[in-house]
Amino acid sequence: MSVKLVYFAWVRERIGKADEMFDPPTAVKTIGDLITLLAARDESYAYAFERAPFIRVAIDRKHAKHETLIADAREIAFFPPMTGG
Amino acid sequence: MAKISIQTADFDAAAESALLSAGRADIGALVSFIGLCRDEGGILAALELEHYPGMAEDELERIAAEAQERWDLKGITLIHRYGKITPGEQIVLVIAASSHRGDAFAAADFLMDYLKSRAPFWKKEHRKDGTSGDWVEAKDADEASLKRWERS
Repeated sequence: MSVKLVYFAWVRERIGKADEMFDPPTAVKTIGDLITLLAARDESYAYAFERAPFIRVAIDRKHAKHETLIADAREIAFFPPMTGG
Repeated sequence: MAKISIQTADFDAAAESALLSAGRADIGALVSFIGLCRDEGGILAALELEHYPGMAEDELERIAAEAQERWDLKGITLIHRYGKITPGEQIVLVIAASSHRGDAFAAADFLMDYLKSRAPFWKKEHRKDGTSGDWVEAKDADEASLKRWERS
């Protein structure tokens, strides 16, 4: 099933786009699996995910962890630690 | 009970306080916090605040709901701006209202800690020399501050 990937702040700048549709292979179970796959795409993705454990994620607009299963997510966001306030 | 707004426009903290307590006699304490755009060293032209539309509103609602569960609150106002903000301008407003000051102070402190580290906002520096600077990095101190509120 196709999922919308969205990127923010320097993750967005490094990848060079704000969002895209993606169809994860069935072997990709967790967010961590997805990050590993994306980081192997090309130099831009590798740069964006070079400090993978540092990257924060949200599934369907809720904070998630790298171990979280993708399951039937519709939107997965990747971003640096937040600096609000 | 919580008023939440994510906006580009500036806000009037006095007007928001008045709005929160208007026509009520049960509020004995109202604590407000304003976060301003700070320039250390005179190099900053502006901060550009990016947010995750949809999630930012949801996360503020969740943070407000948790504050209401922890303390006896009569009202909450959370306003967070995005877009380009110049030094000295207001960025964020938190107001917590309660019967007594203890809960209002604690809730305002909690709300700001959560806003800083859990609300999906990011700040990018634009420098006076025309260059686009770095993204502001999250501070360990902010994360440590958040740990104060962990429940065992």
